[in-house]
Formats: sequence, C-alpha cells, structure tokens
Amino acid sequence: MRDAAIIGYAQGPQYRYAGAANESELIMPVVRRVMEQVGVGQQDIDFTCSGSCDYLQGAAFAFVEGLSALATVPPIKESHVEMDAAWAVYEALIKIWTGEADLCLVYGFGKSSPGELRTVMALQLDPYYHVPLWPDAISLAALQARAMLDSGAISERDMAEVVARSRANARANPNAQLKGNPGIEELLAEPGFVSPLRRHDCPPITDGASAMIVASADVAARYCKRPAWVRGIDHRMETGILGARDLTRSPSTRIAGEKAGVARGKVDLAELHAPFSHQEIILRRELGLADAVPVNLSGGALAGNTMMAAGLDRIGFVAERIINGKADRGVAHATSGPCLQQNLVAVLEA
Amino acid sequence: MANLAAVVGVGQTKHKSKHKDVSMAGLVRQAAERALADAGCEWKDIDALVLGKAPDMFEGVMMPELYLTDALGGNGKPVIRVHTAGSVGGSTAILAANYVQSGVYNRVLTVTFEKQSESNATWALSPRMPFVPHVNAGAGGFFAPYMRQYKEKYGAPDYIGCMVAVKDRLNACRNPYAHLQIPNIDLAMVQQSPMLWEPVRFLESCPSSDGACALVIANEQLALRAPNKPAWILGSSTRSDGTMYAGKDNVHPQSLIACARDVYAKSGITNPRKQIDVAELYIPFSWYEPMYLETLGFCGEGEGWKMVESGATAMTGDMPINASGGVLSSNPIGASGMLRFGEAALQVRGMAGEHQVDGARLAIGHAFGGAHSYYAMWAVSADKP
Repeated sequence: MRDAAIIGYAQGPQYRYAGAANESELIMPVVRRVMEQVGVGQQDIDFTCSGSCDYLQGAAFAFVEGLSALATVPPIKESHVEMDAAWAVYEALIKIWTGEADLCLVYGFGKSSPGELRTVMALQLDPYYHVPLWPDAISLAALQARAMLDSGAISERDMAEVVARSRANARANPNAQLKGNPGIEELLAEPGFVSPLRRHDCPPITDGASAMIVASADVAARYCKRPAWVRGIDHRMETGILGARDLTRSPSTRIAGEKAGVARGKVDLAELHAPFSHQEIILRRELGLADAVPVNLSGGALAGNTMMAAGLDRIGFVAERIINGKADRGVAHATSGPCLQQNLVAVLEA
Repeated sequence: MANLAAVVGVGQTKHKSKHKDVSMAGLVRQAAERALADAGCEWKDIDALVLGKAPDMFEGVMMPELYLTDALGGNGKPVIRVHTAGSVGGSTAILAANYVQSGVYNRVLTVTFEKQSESNATWALSPRMPFVPHVNAGAGGFFAPYMRQYKEKYGAPDYIGCMVAVKDRLNACRNPYAHLQIPNIDLAMVQQSPMLWEPVRFLESCPSSDGACALVIANEQLALRAPNKPAWILGSSTRSDGTMYAGKDNVHPQSLIACARDVYAKSGITNPRKQIDVAELYIPFSWYEPMYLETLGFCGEGEGWKMVESGATAMTGDMPINASGGVLSSNPIGASGMLRFGEAALQVRGMAGEHQVDGARLAIGHAFGGAHSYYAMWAVSADKP
C-alpha cells in the first residue's frame, strides 16, 4: 500500500448563523482557498469526496447542492458520505491506496442554524423504540456526563477546565466561534442547562465548511514541502442501543487508536472531536494520551462545531501544524452518533 | 496496481410495496444473511461494513448506520455510509470493492436498502426550500421533458416505451424477488394505463418498493476458495456533474459517457454490444432504455429505439437488458443500483435462476442518480483477469 499525505487544509469562518448564505456559498470560498494554498485547480483533482447530512438542511440531496460549488464540467469522479467528512478523508485514502487517484479534494459542510439541532439529532436513534421518546442530543450527552461523574472518573471542575482551555486556545484560531479566557470558578458559577451540563459544556450551533487536499506519495512532494503523512487510520462502530453501552468508556476509540498506532511514537499534539466537555476526558483516556500532550489547540468542537466538518477539522488542524513545521507527530479523532458511538483515529507524521 | 476483488455473495429481499413483516433492521439483515450464505461465511468473517442508501428522509432515520449496526454485525468494526442519490447502490458497491482492491480489507459486506413505505418519497424529493420555486413534480415530472426530447428528436414511435415496459415486466415474472409480477401484461395493457407525465404512462414507470440488497466482496485468495463461483470485478467508475448548466445534454449525458468509457477502458471492452453478454441498467422510466443503449455505446445515436423494436434487448435477443426485470419491476431506491450490480454478478456466476442468460460471461451493472448528474458502473466477469 503506497503512502498518502494531507497537503492542504482550509477552514471557513464558523458562524452562529450564516444568514441567507446557502451551502454552496459556504463551500466555495474554502475549496478555492485550499486549492490556491496547494496550487491546483479542479482539473488536477482525480477524486472528490464530501461529507454532509440532509437532515441539517432539511431537504434531500444537500450534497447535490454542495456540488454546485465546484467546477463539474467536464464531469468529475466523486462520492459522498452521509457522515462527518473525516470519513470522506477515509474514502479518499482508499481511492489513493487502490491506485485510482493521486490527488483528492475532500470537503465537509453543515448549516445547522435553521433547524432545532438537538431535537433533529434524536432521529439518529432506533426509529421504533427510541425516537418516539424524542431524547434530544444534549440530554443524551448529559446522561453520559452523569455516568462519568457518578463513576468518580471526573468532577465538574474537570469539565470546566476542559472548557476554559478550549476557549483560551480558540483565541489563536481566527475562525473559532467561541473564544475567551474564562476562569474555572466563573464557569462553575454558571447555572445548569441540562444537568449536569452547563451551556458551556455543550458545543455551539455552527454554520460553516472546511476543505482538504489529500495526495499520494507519488505527487505529494510536488505540491507540499512538508506533507502530513497518514501513518495510521482506523474507525470503529459501537452498538446503537445506549443502554447496552458503558457510557463512561469508548472501546471503539480504544481499538481505532491501537490500530492507527497512536502509541508507536511521541505525540506532539492531539485534536479530539469532543462536542461535550466530558467527552474529551473519555477520549484522552482511551487513546492513552499523556497529561503533557496538548489537546485541541484549535479550541476544538466546544469553540465551533460545524456538523459534518468538525471531525474533518480535527484532522485538518493536526495536518496544518505538521505542514507548518510546528509539530512532527499528531493524533486526530472524529466522532459520529450519540455519546461517541462511532470513532475514527488518524496518526499524522511529518 | 490494485488487488483483485470479486463478488462471492449476493443477497436480496423480496421487493414489495410494504414490508410490514420486518423493521428496517430486519429488512437489511435478511439481505445480508442471504449474501453471507451464498458466500459461505459468517458475520465474524466480515472485516468491514459499507452501507448505502438514498435520502434519509425516505424513512425518517438520520444516518441510519448508527441504528442498523446491531442488525448488520457492525459493532466493533469499521462502518461507513455512502449517499450519492439514486446511484448510491452502485457507488456503495464500488467503495466496498475499493476496500478490498486497496488491500486494506480481505472480505467486506456491503448493504443498501430503502423502505419507502415508512415515508413518502415524492414528498421527500420535493421539499419547499427558501428562495427556490417549488416544483413538487417528483422524479417522473422532472425527467419527462427529456424523454419527450428524445422521442421527438429521433422520431421514435409512441409504442417503444410500452415495449420496454412489457419486456421488463415479463422478465420480472422469472425473478422471484421482483416486486411487480404481471404475467398477462401486453402492449395494449400498458397503452391503456393512465398517462402520468407525457410520454410516461403508469405502467411505464417504476414502482415504490421496500427492499434491500447485500454483496460480499472478497480478495483473490478468498474468492478462489468460495463455495460458489466468483464474479471478478474488472473495472468500476463514477462520474458526477451539475444539476443544470448551459449546454447540458440530458438525453445523452456527458457524465454517463465519461463513466462508461472509463469502465470499458479498465475492463478491456472495445465493442460493448459484442463483448457484453448481459447488462443490468438503471431504467426507472421506459424511455431510458433506448436513451441509455445509445449513451452506453450499444448502438449509434438515434438507433436505440430501433434496437428495442427489433427485440434485441429481450432475453432472447443478442443484447439482453435487465433480465431481472430491472428498476421498472422493483425500486427500493437506495438498493436499486446495487441490485443492478448484484444481478450482473449473478449472471456471470450462472446463478440467476429462471432469468439466467445462457452462457453469460461478461456483464455490466449501471446506476443513475440526481438529475442525470450521478453515475456509477462496473463490469464483472466469469473469467479471472
């Protein structure tokens, strides 16, 4: 299997409400930026893959609309996952590994502002037994946080520390939606939202898009001085029945981390797709990251959570720091489904 | 270059209007179990799961792989979910093939489905969106003008579409899984059925079906050990373009021409009509058969309707199209493309039963989606390349 690397990444501004801008208008600027960064045009791309979800737009075929952001005449080789675009990166890598593509464009986008996101997300559950109860996404995450607190694994202070660090780190990310320098006591003094979660333990509603270019070893050096090589990548699923899971653990993250080879070298930084503060602690533990490893220098999903792009963003931020020479080896993680049901882990190296 | 991959298991459910006997999970599991049985393997033998379906609004389940993982043995395994409009069944099978061709996985299960009775497809296809005029035409209303364009441009007689409908429905009577079984169908019955969207009559249109399809795809070593004959994947490809743009040819779409050329080049096909023994094409409305015969290079421009008229595309003709009954007889949308890919595999494995085309060794499967803007195809062979 030949090597593959990430050679470019662009994140768009993360808005609470993108107004009348449609999905294509969110995608077009980031696709253009990543192509300019790498120095390629659509005609150079062998394969394009995107990640999006119809239920965010509230209409079938969101990705068809998304495609109008690209130059598609002559027609392009293309696919789409109805998932976070981190899995579109995986599909692009598979294409490179088969030898059918050398240069791939990946993008993810979501405009969550028009709907009631937390309620819409309930539709991810068993449609016959669970959906009729309408357990919303925040309430499910709260159940998980409660299980974590009850198990003694964390305290509310630990959760507040994740939030404070995330907001402080986000100050260095011009696209981040929520940034600042809140004190722990200040955060703990805020009222409960869905117990035990406070509002700041939950991700913001975000409209946005991100794009990435993935290349085979045959062409990566032509476009990028210091590619971020994908040394390992794996993803795993868990049962959809919440009651059958120990919500304080994430065995799928653990397997994916082992398969991706997280422990095979020093980790300079990690970007973990933890939409809720307590989830970062679960992920960190399952990946076996040392306390000294900086996590979510971008601010993470707590500072901006573009649905279907937030996992791609984690891979993108690690790649960007490697490409810019600020790190040599990093771990990126993406998640899908309620309470970290499905997880992807990638190890990138200079 | 890529490793070899072959289809070693094909499974499908009975396709029908309302599968009230099973849940969505039960439906996909039925198809998956049949594919595993054909492949002579068990759930533990599967390395990864590749799931595909058309819009989630067709059932009202958002990202259903999260719920279906339990029914499909996905827990603890890699699961991915593809969605490329109507072509999804094809592009899902292609990704599953790529999983094996890349060398990352040895044996994968790929499953597609639609349970249309859980919701209303025409509603889901015609949402009222801000700043966009509301058409509310469904798929038939959207495609009818292009079929009229074909018919008028090439002077095709009105009964050509009806002939396709009769042929596919008679083929379906030989396929126990097909949704529509109309053994007494004839030209007069189709001609007398109500006109829905000129020139498409009720019996020239695909049904709405509940159904699922599953394939097991394995690497060379495992395929050679499989209990039943493998269908070797010679080449596959996809093409996408915009819904509308100046100069777009909706009768002979540029995206399909490019997709077919790519598959033919990878598969060593230089004379499609002579080399390909049987084709399973995504024909949701009767008139797409003559249109696609031309676009896929089975005949010259404007000759497709004459090919239909001559009987060449019937089971007894020299270029049988949709021996299974095709999309006109069964249309679980998300699975419709994979059914074409899977039926092509069954033909070259000699396992198509009553609708087997004698001596079929090379077959193509084709899937179409969006506004002639998403295509997926593969070629499979009885002979190892």
